[in-house]
Amino acid sequence: MALFEARGIHKRFGHQVVLENIDLSFEAGRLSGIMGPNGAGKTTCFNVLTGAFKPDRGRVIFDGEDITGRSPDAIARKGISRSFQTMSLFDEYTALENVLIALPEVRGRGFNMIEPLAMDGEAADRAAAVLSRVGLSGREHRRAGDLAYGERRALEIAVALAAGPRLLFLDEPTSGLGAEATARLADLVLDLKRDYSIVVIEHDMRFLFGLADTISVIHWGQVIAGGTPDELRGNKWVQRSMLADLGGSP
Amino acid sequence: MGARPSAASAWISGEMVCLFAVMATLPLWIEAAGLYQYLGIEIAIWMIYGLGFNLLLGYSGLPSFGHGAFFGIGAYVFGLFQAWAFESLLLGIALATVAAFAAGAVVACFLSHRRGIYFALMTIAFGQVFWFIAIKWHTVTGGEDGLLNIPRPALELGVASLPLGSNVALFYFVLLVFAVVVVALWRLVHSPFGKVLQAVRQNEERARFVGYNVWRFKWAVFSLSAAVAGLAGSLFSMAQQSAYPDVMSLHASGVIVMMTLIGGGFVSFWGPVVGVAVYFLARDVLGAVTETWLLWFGLVFVVSVLFKPEGIAGVWQERVSGVLRLRFADAPLRSGRTGDVSIVGPEHGETKDAIGQSPSGR
Ligand SMILES: Nc1ncnc2c1ncn2[C@@H]1O[C@H](COP(=O)(O)OP(=O)(O)OP(=O)(O)O)[C@@H](O)[C@H]1O
Ligand SMILES: [Mg+2]
Repeated sequence: MALFEARGIHKRFGHQVVLENIDLSFEAGRLSGIMGPNGAGKTTCFNVLTGAFKPDRGRVIFDGEDITGRSPDAIARKGISRSFQTMSLFDEYTALENVLIALPEVRGRGFNMIEPLAMDGEAADRAAAVLSRVGLSGREHRRAGDLAYGERRALEIAVALAAGPRLLFLDEPTSGLGAEATARLADLVLDLKRDYSIVVIEHDMRFLFGLADTISVIHWGQVIAGGTPDELRGNKWVQRSMLADLGGSP
Repeated sequence: MGARPSAASAWISGEMVCLFAVMATLPLWIEAAGLYQYLGIEIAIWMIYGLGFNLLLGYSGLPSFGHGAFFGIGAYVFGLFQAWAFESLLLGIALATVAAFAAGAVVACFLSHRRGIYFALMTIAFGQVFWFIAIKWHTVTGGEDGLLNIPRPALELGVASLPLGSNVALFYFVLLVFAVVVVALWRLVHSPFGKVLQAVRQNEERARFVGYNVWRFKWAVFSLSAAVAGLAGSLFSMAQQSAYPDVMSLHASGVIVMMTLIGGGFVSFWGPVVGVAVYFLARDVLGAVTETWLLWFGLVFVVSVLFKPEGIAGVWQERVSGVLRLRFADAPLRSGRTGDVSIVGPEHGETKDAIGQSPSGR
């Protein structure tokens, strides 16, 4: 059985149907990709899967447990982490503090009102190790708000990684990055793939086709195709939507 | 990289020592400065109140405009306990604090899911409810007149009993409580709990997605802040030897907001302490010159909010460190090793052109 499954997900905003009968399944130890044009419903899909929105219909199952409609924090505590397409950081905190606050051991004593967090050298080491993994060594004490764009992108992943998640959702991690930074990010994701089960939304075809074990294509709120990169390359739907996408994007 | 902060520095800071030292000498020179002993008590009490309030406003970003309610509850409960049960200083204070905590906890159940303006409006509404009860429930609260002749019970230390009847004696007792509150809150804001509160203020959504039940944290900090207000209120009823509805009014609740903001509660732990001192000095020094001192103080407040929302502490920090850096900055932590995979290249100039080719140009 798959680590994570979404079955028959529907989601509408007012009269606009954004997700229609979405079925997805993500295997442990794999890198699953989701692609699709602007406004296809990819982020909304993540939002439903990670608890930001309740689906109007359908089930979300993680490791055999029904987590449909659970709150984001409850889902996060089950071992599901996510990053955000539009970065979502603690801007006044340093890079290290951003990761520190996301460590499960710190979360576990979130109601400790006495021991200063700064005294906990072990947690700080662990946070620093996470930062080093995404290439942010030397930036530990920079305010997140003061980091360069590419660094913020890396920190966005580090905060999600801090939990040591059983499943990691990444929403367009290359968004806004240049070609070179995208290539470096691909290296990072490849490195993470050794230790984590990952689901990544990505616009960049080359990026995704190079990394993913399986890919699902979402268009108009539906999964229109799915399979390994090789299987998908021949798919007419995919070719057409990709052409349309490439032609249509700014 | 800086060393790990020492155990001692986690309990007490240089600023604390200076502040306590200055305040401890207050009774020696306050009269020579043309002021009076009672002022010291008042200032210390409101500093306690302000520090607790700033846990909510500055650290958690939750604006409460009805906090006077909890201050008032502390005052009434202290007075009622002395009248109905027996005279006891510490028991009265403890009970007042617990009562304010309980009231805060109930109110927080309704508030914790609200955000922004709705949160603020609800605090006003609840504040008014408590104020109304204080005025109308004559048999218990004494209505508009309030509770009169609240005693100042002596401090029983087993072997000795220290009377707190004189203003100087009461001042030192309040100062002791103040010191305990300062140290406790200092620990709290640097604890994981305090760090989570600040994370929630900065980005509630992300805090939720890294696994924090934000509702619980808001509930807890509101209740705690109410408890500190109640503690201050109990001391106030002793100082005034009475408890009256005025401290629960919208106006009184507004004053604590004003003090906290002027002092710089958004950028410094000490903001409310500074703000309270400035307010009372303005009241007594400006007030001696002009009847309309509050107008001038209000104007200063408006100007401060418009041009320097970081308050006096913000101005100070800029002077000292050049620019406003980390809010509530911690001593730097130890840091780790060298990186392996890096997506952060040497050239960060790619950002601009990259955004141009962003796939999702929304
Ligand atoms: N909270 C919301 N309320 C109303 N409509 C929404 C909401 N979130 C998303 N939508 C709409 O749902 C549709 C899908 O948006 P979504 O962000 O999921 O697309 P996407 O596939 O992630 O696109 P992109 O590639 O641009 O990130 C869009 O038309 C969007 O306007
Ligand atoms: Mg999206």
